[in-house]
Amino acid sequence: MPICLGYLSVSFAFGMMVSENGLPVWTAVLISMTNFTSAGQFAGTELILSGGMYLEIAITTFVINIRYMLMSLSLSQKLDPKMSTWQRCVLSFGNTDEVFAVAMQHQGNVKADYLAGLIATPYLGWAMGTLLGASAAGILPASVRSALGIAIYGMFIAIIIPPSRKLRPVAFTVIVGALLSCLFSFTPGLNTLSSGWVIIICAVLASAAAALRYPVNDEEEEGEQV
Amino acid sequence: MNYTRILIAVLIMAVVTYLPRMLPLAIFKKKIKSRFIRSFLAYVPYAVLAAMTFPEILYSTSNMLSAAAGLLVALILSYFGRGLLTVALSSTAAVFVVEQILTYMGK
Repeated sequence: MPICLGYLSVSFAFGMMVSENGLPVWTAVLISMTNFTSAGQFAGTELILSGGMYLEIAITTFVINIRYMLMSLSLSQKLDPKMSTWQRCVLSFGNTDEVFAVAMQHQGNVKADYLAGLIATPYLGWAMGTLLGASAAGILPASVRSALGIAIYGMFIAIIIPPSRKLRPVAFTVIVGALLSCLFSFTPGLNTLSSGWVIIICAVLASAAAALRYPVNDEEEEGEQV
Repeated sequence: MNYTRILIAVLIMAVVTYLPRMLPLAIFKKKIKSRFIRSFLAYVPYAVLAAMTFPEILYSTSNMLSAAAGLLVALILSYFGRGLLTVALSSTAAVFVVEQILTYMGK
Protein backbone atom coordinates (compact mmCIF):
# COMPACT_ATOMS: atom_id res chain seq x y z
CA MET A 1 0.00 0.00 0.00
CA PRO A 2 2.71 2.58 0.78
CA ILE A 3 4.34 1.68 -2.54
CA CYS A 4 1.01 2.22 -4.27
CA LEU A 5 0.66 5.72 -2.87
CA GLY A 6 4.28 6.55 -3.52
CA TYR A 7 3.87 5.42 -7.11
CA LEU A 8 0.82 7.62 -7.43
CA SER A 9 2.99 10.72 -6.96
CA VAL A 10 5.84 9.53 -9.17
CA SER A 11 3.60 8.43 -12.04
CA PHE A 12 1.68 11.66 -11.60
CA ALA A 13 4.91 13.43 -12.54
CA PHE A 14 5.30 11.12 -15.53
CA GLY A 15 1.74 11.78 -16.72
CA MET A 16 2.35 15.52 -16.47
CA MET A 17 5.56 15.28 -18.46
CA VAL A 18 3.84 13.40 -21.29
CA SER A 19 0.83 15.63 -21.61
CA GLU A 20 2.84 18.85 -21.27
CA ASN A 21 4.70 17.73 -24.37
CA GLY A 22 1.52 17.44 -26.37
CA LEU A 23 0.88 13.70 -26.35
CA PRO A 24 -2.67 12.56 -25.57
CA VAL A 25 -3.55 11.23 -22.12
CA TRP A 26 -4.07 7.65 -23.35
CA THR A 27 -0.48 7.32 -24.62
CA ALA A 28 0.79 8.21 -21.14
CA VAL A 29 -1.45 5.56 -19.55
CA LEU A 30 -0.53 3.01 -22.22
CA ILE A 31 3.18 3.54 -21.59
CA SER A 32 2.72 3.17 -17.82
CA MET A 33 0.61 0.04 -18.14
CA THR A 34 2.93 -1.74 -20.59
CA ASN A 35 6.27 -0.61 -19.15
CA PHE A 36 5.64 -0.26 -15.42
CA THR A 37 9.08 1.18 -14.68
CA SER A 38 10.21 4.65 -13.69
CA ALA A 39 13.57 5.61 -15.14
CA GLY A 40 13.23 3.52 -18.30
CA GLN A 41 9.89 4.90 -19.37
CA PHE A 42 10.88 8.49 -18.58
CA ALA A 43 13.97 8.14 -20.78
CA GLY A 44 12.16 6.25 -23.56
CA THR A 45 9.35 8.80 -23.67
CA GLU A 46 11.79 11.68 -23.85
CA LEU A 47 13.35 9.99 -26.88
CA ILE A 48 9.94 9.50 -28.51
CA LEU A 49 9.27 13.21 -28.01
CA SER A 50 12.64 14.33 -29.32
CA GLY A 51 12.28 12.12 -32.40
CA GLY A 52 14.81 9.42 -31.50
CA MET A 53 15.25 6.37 -33.72
CA TYR A 54 13.71 3.02 -32.74
CA LEU A 55 17.17 1.54 -32.19
CA GLU A 56 18.16 4.43 -29.94
CA ILE A 57 14.96 4.04 -27.92
CA ALA A 58 15.52 0.29 -27.61
CA ILE A 59 19.15 0.53 -26.52
CA THR A 60 18.67 3.39 -24.06
CA THR A 61 15.66 1.79 -22.39
CA PHE A 62 17.38 -1.59 -22.32
CA VAL A 63 20.57 -0.25 -20.76
CA ILE A 64 18.59 1.51 -18.03
CA ASN A 65 16.68 -1.73 -17.43
CA ILE A 66 19.65 -4.13 -17.32
CA ARG A 67 19.66 -3.63 -13.56
CA TYR A 68 16.47 -5.69 -13.51
CA MET A 69 18.48 -8.72 -14.62
CA LEU A 70 20.50 -8.38 -11.47
CA MET A 71 17.35 -7.94 -9.41
CA SER A 72 15.46 -10.82 -11.02
CA LEU A 73 18.48 -13.05 -10.57
CA SER A 74 18.59 -12.05 -6.93
CA LEU A 75 14.84 -12.55 -6.52
CA SER A 76 15.01 -15.96 -8.24
CA GLN A 77 16.96 -17.19 -5.21
CA LYS A 78 14.20 -16.15 -2.86
CA LEU A 79 11.16 -17.47 -4.73
CA ASP A 80 9.16 -20.44 -3.59
CA PRO A 81 10.74 -23.40 -5.51
CA LYS A 82 7.24 -24.65 -6.27
CA MET A 83 6.39 -21.59 -8.34
CA SER A 84 5.72 -22.60 -11.97
CA THR A 85 7.52 -21.15 -14.99
CA TRP A 86 4.23 -19.64 -16.08
CA GLN A 87 3.78 -17.83 -12.77
CA ARG A 88 7.38 -16.66 -12.89
CA CYS A 89 6.89 -15.24 -16.39
CA VAL A 90 3.77 -13.31 -15.39
CA LEU A 91 4.99 -12.05 -12.01
CA SER A 92 8.38 -10.95 -13.36
CA PHE A 93 6.53 -8.17 -15.20
CA GLY A 94 5.88 -6.52 -11.84
CA ASN A 95 9.43 -6.74 -10.50
CA THR A 96 10.02 -3.01 -10.05
CA ASP A 97 12.75 -1.48 -7.88
CA GLU A 98 10.44 -1.06 -4.90
CA VAL A 99 8.52 -4.35 -5.26
CA PHE A 100 11.87 -6.11 -5.44
CA ALA A 101 13.24 -4.34 -2.37
CA VAL A 102 10.15 -5.19 -0.30
CA ALA A 103 10.02 -8.81 -1.53
CA MET A 104 13.68 -9.29 -0.58
CA GLN A 105 13.03 -8.06 2.96
CA HIS A 106 10.22 -10.61 3.35
CA GLN A 107 11.00 -13.38 5.83
CA GLY A 108 11.55 -16.75 4.17
CA ASN A 109 10.51 -17.78 0.67
CA VAL A 110 8.37 -15.53 -1.52
CA LYS A 111 5.23 -17.31 -2.68
CA ALA A 112 3.25 -16.55 -5.84
CA ASP A 113 0.16 -15.11 -4.14
CA TYR A 114 2.25 -12.92 -1.83
CA LEU A 115 4.18 -11.52 -4.80
CA ALA A 116 1.01 -11.00 -6.85
CA GLY A 117 -0.56 -9.09 -3.96
CA LEU A 118 2.61 -7.05 -3.57
CA ILE A 119 2.50 -6.05 -7.24
CA ALA A 120 -1.24 -5.43 -7.70
CA THR A 121 -1.75 -2.17 -5.81
CA PRO A 122 1.45 -0.46 -7.00
CA TYR A 123 0.47 -1.35 -10.57
CA LEU A 124 -2.94 0.22 -10.08
CA GLY A 125 -1.36 3.24 -8.41
CA TRP A 126 1.10 3.62 -11.28
CA ALA A 127 -1.67 3.58 -13.91
CA MET A 128 -4.00 5.86 -11.93
CA GLY A 129 -1.27 8.35 -11.08
CA THR A 130 -0.32 8.60 -14.76
CA LEU A 131 -3.93 9.20 -15.72
CA LEU A 132 -4.38 11.89 -13.07
CA GLY A 133 -1.06 13.56 -13.84
CA ALA A 134 -1.68 13.63 -17.58
CA SER A 135 -5.16 15.08 -17.03
CA ALA A 136 -4.10 17.67 -14.45
CA ALA A 137 -0.89 18.88 -16.09
CA GLY A 138 -2.39 22.14 -17.27
CA ILE A 139 -3.81 23.07 -13.89
CA LEU A 140 -0.83 22.64 -11.56
CA PRO A 141 1.76 25.38 -11.07
CA ALA A 142 5.40 24.74 -12.01
CA SER A 143 6.45 24.81 -8.33
CA VAL A 144 4.36 21.71 -7.54
CA ARG A 145 5.61 19.95 -10.65
CA SER A 146 9.23 20.60 -9.71
CA ALA A 147 8.70 19.40 -6.13
CA LEU A 148 7.22 16.09 -7.32
CA GLY A 149 10.48 15.30 -9.10
CA ILE A 150 12.06 14.26 -5.79
CA ALA A 151 9.26 11.88 -4.76
CA ILE A 152 10.77 8.70 -6.23
CA TYR A 153 14.17 9.36 -4.64
CA GLY A 154 12.43 9.92 -1.31
CA MET A 155 11.01 6.42 -1.67
CA PHE A 156 14.42 4.97 -2.50
CA ILE A 157 15.90 6.60 0.61
CA ALA A 158 13.08 5.28 2.77
CA ILE A 159 13.94 1.78 1.53
CA ILE A 160 17.70 1.84 2.02
CA ILE A 161 18.19 3.86 5.22
CA PRO A 162 16.27 1.83 7.86
CA PRO A 163 18.10 -1.48 7.12
CA SER A 164 21.40 0.44 6.90
CA ARG A 165 20.86 1.62 10.43
CA LYS A 166 20.33 -1.91 11.69
CA LEU A 167 22.78 -3.89 9.55
CA ARG A 168 26.36 -2.81 9.11
CA PRO A 169 26.89 -4.72 5.82
CA VAL A 170 23.89 -2.95 4.28
CA ALA A 171 25.20 0.44 5.40
CA PHE A 172 28.56 -0.48 3.86
CA THR A 173 26.88 -1.46 0.55
CA VAL A 174 24.82 1.73 0.43
CA ILE A 175 27.78 4.02 1.14
CA VAL A 176 30.07 2.31 -1.39
CA GLY A 177 27.31 2.29 -4.04
CA ALA A 178 26.52 5.97 -3.49
CA LEU A 179 30.19 7.04 -3.47
CA LEU A 180 30.95 5.12 -6.67
CA SER A 181 27.92 6.62 -8.37
CA CYS A 182 29.04 10.14 -7.38
CA LEU A 183 32.55 9.34 -8.59
CA PHE A 184 31.16 8.33 -11.99
CA SER A 185 29.05 11.42 -12.38
CA PHE A 186 31.68 13.97 -11.31
CA THR A 187 34.79 12.53 -12.99
CA PRO A 188 35.42 13.93 -16.48
CA GLY A 189 35.38 11.09 -19.01
CA LEU A 190 33.53 8.69 -16.75
CA ASN A 191 30.49 11.00 -16.73
CA THR A 192 29.92 10.41 -20.43
CA LEU A 193 28.72 6.87 -19.65
CA SER A 194 24.95 6.48 -19.74
CA SER A 195 23.18 6.21 -16.40
CA GLY A 196 22.09 2.62 -17.06
CA TRP A 197 25.70 1.41 -17.27
CA VAL A 198 26.76 3.49 -14.30
CA ILE A 199 24.08 1.90 -12.11
CA ILE A 200 25.14 -1.60 -13.12
CA ILE A 201 28.87 -1.01 -12.64
CA CYS A 202 28.36 0.66 -9.25
CA ALA A 203 25.89 -1.97 -8.04
CA VAL A 204 28.15 -4.86 -9.08
CA LEU A 205 31.25 -3.34 -7.45
CA ALA A 206 29.48 -2.34 -4.23
CA SER A 207 27.70 -5.69 -3.83
CA ALA A 208 30.89 -7.64 -4.58
CA ALA A 209 32.84 -5.59 -2.04
CA ALA A 210 30.14 -6.17 0.56
CA ALA A 211 29.98 -9.88 -0.24
CA LEU A 212 33.75 -10.23 0.22
CA ARG A 213 33.76 -8.28 3.47
CA TYR A 214 30.53 -9.59 4.97
CA PRO A 215 29.63 -13.02 3.50
CA VAL A 216 26.07 -13.95 4.48
CA ASN A 217 25.65 -16.52 7.18
CA ASP A 218 23.53 -19.47 6.07
CA GLU A 219 21.55 -19.72 9.29
CA GLU A 220 20.87 -16.01 9.69
CA GLU A 221 20.07 -14.84 6.21
CA GLU A 222 18.54 -17.91 4.68
CA GLY A 223 16.44 -19.24 7.52
CA GLU A 224 13.94 -21.72 6.22
CA GLN A 225 15.14 -21.47 2.63
CA VAL A 226 17.83 -24.09 3.12
CA MET B 1 1.54 13.38 -34.21
CA ASN B 2 2.42 10.04 -35.76
CA TYR B 3 0.61 7.38 -33.71
CA THR B 4 2.03 4.36 -35.52
CA ARG B 5 5.50 5.51 -34.57
CA ILE B 6 4.49 6.08 -30.96
CA LEU B 7 2.86 2.67 -30.70
CA ILE B 8 5.88 0.88 -32.17
CA ALA B 9 8.21 2.78 -29.84
CA VAL B 10 6.05 1.95 -26.80
CA LEU B 11 6.03 -1.72 -27.81
CA ILE B 12 9.83 -1.73 -28.12
CA MET B 13 10.14 -0.12 -24.68
CA ALA B 14 7.76 -2.68 -23.17
CA VAL B 15 9.76 -5.60 -24.60
CA VAL B 16 13.19 -4.35 -23.47
CA THR B 17 11.75 -3.68 -20.03
CA TYR B 18 10.08 -7.08 -19.71
CA LEU B 19 12.86 -9.35 -20.96
CA PRO B 20 15.52 -8.40 -18.39
CA ARG B 21 12.95 -8.96 -15.65
CA MET B 22 11.58 -12.22 -16.97
CA LEU B 23 14.59 -14.20 -18.23
CA PRO B 24 16.57 -14.61 -14.98
CA LEU B 25 13.43 -15.53 -13.04
CA ALA B 26 12.33 -18.11 -15.58
CA ILE B 27 15.81 -19.61 -15.98
CA PHE B 28 17.26 -19.79 -12.45
CA LYS B 29 15.11 -22.10 -10.40
CA LYS B 30 17.74 -23.82 -8.34
CA LYS B 31 19.40 -22.29 -5.34
CA ILE B 32 22.87 -21.02 -6.09
CA LYS B 33 25.42 -22.82 -3.94
CA SER B 34 28.31 -20.37 -3.93
CA ARG B 35 28.33 -18.39 -0.72
CA PHE B 36 29.95 -15.42 -2.44
CA ILE B 37 27.27 -15.21 -5.12
CA ARG B 38 24.48 -15.56 -2.57
CA SER B 39 26.00 -12.78 -0.48
CA PHE B 40 26.47 -10.68 -3.58
CA LEU B 41 22.83 -11.08 -4.59
CA ALA B 42 21.62 -10.25 -1.09
CA TYR B 43 23.35 -6.86 -1.25
CA VAL B 44 22.29 -5.99 -4.80
CA PRO B 45 18.99 -4.25 -3.92
CA TYR B 46 20.68 -1.74 -1.64
CA ALA B 47 23.56 -1.14 -4.03
CA VAL B 48 21.22 -0.51 -6.98
CA LEU B 49 19.00 1.92 -5.10
CA ALA B 50 21.96 3.77 -3.59
CA ALA B 51 23.59 4.17 -7.00
CA MET B 52 20.31 5.35 -8.52
CA THR B 53 19.66 7.91 -5.78
CA PHE B 54 23.09 9.52 -5.47
CA PRO B 55 23.86 12.01 -6.84
CA GLU B 56 20.77 12.13 -9.10
CA ILE B 57 18.48 13.25 -6.28
CA LEU B 58 20.26 16.62 -6.27
CA TYR B 59 19.19 17.21 -9.88
CA SER B 60 15.63 15.98 -9.51
CA THR B 61 14.03 19.39 -8.91
CA SER B 62 14.43 22.79 -10.54
CA ASN B 63 16.97 23.93 -7.97
CA MET B 64 19.83 22.14 -6.22
CA LEU B 65 19.24 23.94 -2.94
CA SER B 66 15.63 22.76 -2.73
CA ALA B 67 16.72 19.24 -3.68
CA ALA B 68 19.30 19.28 -0.89
CA ALA B 69 16.56 20.27 1.57
CA GLY B 70 14.37 17.42 0.31
CA LEU B 71 17.29 15.00 0.63
CA LEU B 72 17.98 16.10 4.20
CA VAL B 73 14.34 15.68 5.22
CA ALA B 74 14.22 12.23 3.59
CA LEU B 75 17.40 11.12 5.36
CA ILE B 76 16.23 12.30 8.78
CA LEU B 77 12.73 10.83 8.54
CA SER B 78 13.85 7.49 7.15
CA TYR B 79 16.57 7.27 9.80
CA PHE B 80 13.79 7.41 12.37
CA GLY B 81 11.96 4.64 10.55
CA ARG B 82 9.12 6.53 8.85
CA GLY B 83 7.40 4.74 5.96
CA LEU B 84 7.84 5.15 2.21
CA LEU B 85 4.95 7.52 1.74
CA THR B 86 5.70 9.81 4.69
CA VAL B 87 9.29 10.15 3.55
CA ALA B 88 8.42 10.72 -0.13
CA LEU B 89 5.72 13.30 0.57
CA SER B 90 7.65 15.13 3.29
CA SER B 91 10.67 15.55 1.04
CA THR B 92 8.35 16.76 -1.72
CA ALA B 93 6.85 19.27 0.72
CA ALA B 94 10.33 20.42 1.81
CA VAL B 95 11.29 21.04 -1.82
CA PHE B 96 8.10 23.00 -2.37
CA VAL B 97 8.59 25.20 0.72
CA VAL B 98 12.25 25.94 -0.04
CA GLU B 99 11.43 26.85 -3.64
CA GLN B 100 8.69 29.21 -2.45
CA ILE B 101 11.12 30.90 -0.05
CA LEU B 102 13.73 31.23 -2.80
CA THR B 103 11.13 32.79 -5.08
CA TYR B 104 10.19 35.38 -2.47
CA MET B 105 13.83 36.19 -1.91
CA GLY B 106 13.99 36.93 -5.60
CA LYS B 107 16.41 34.23 -6.71
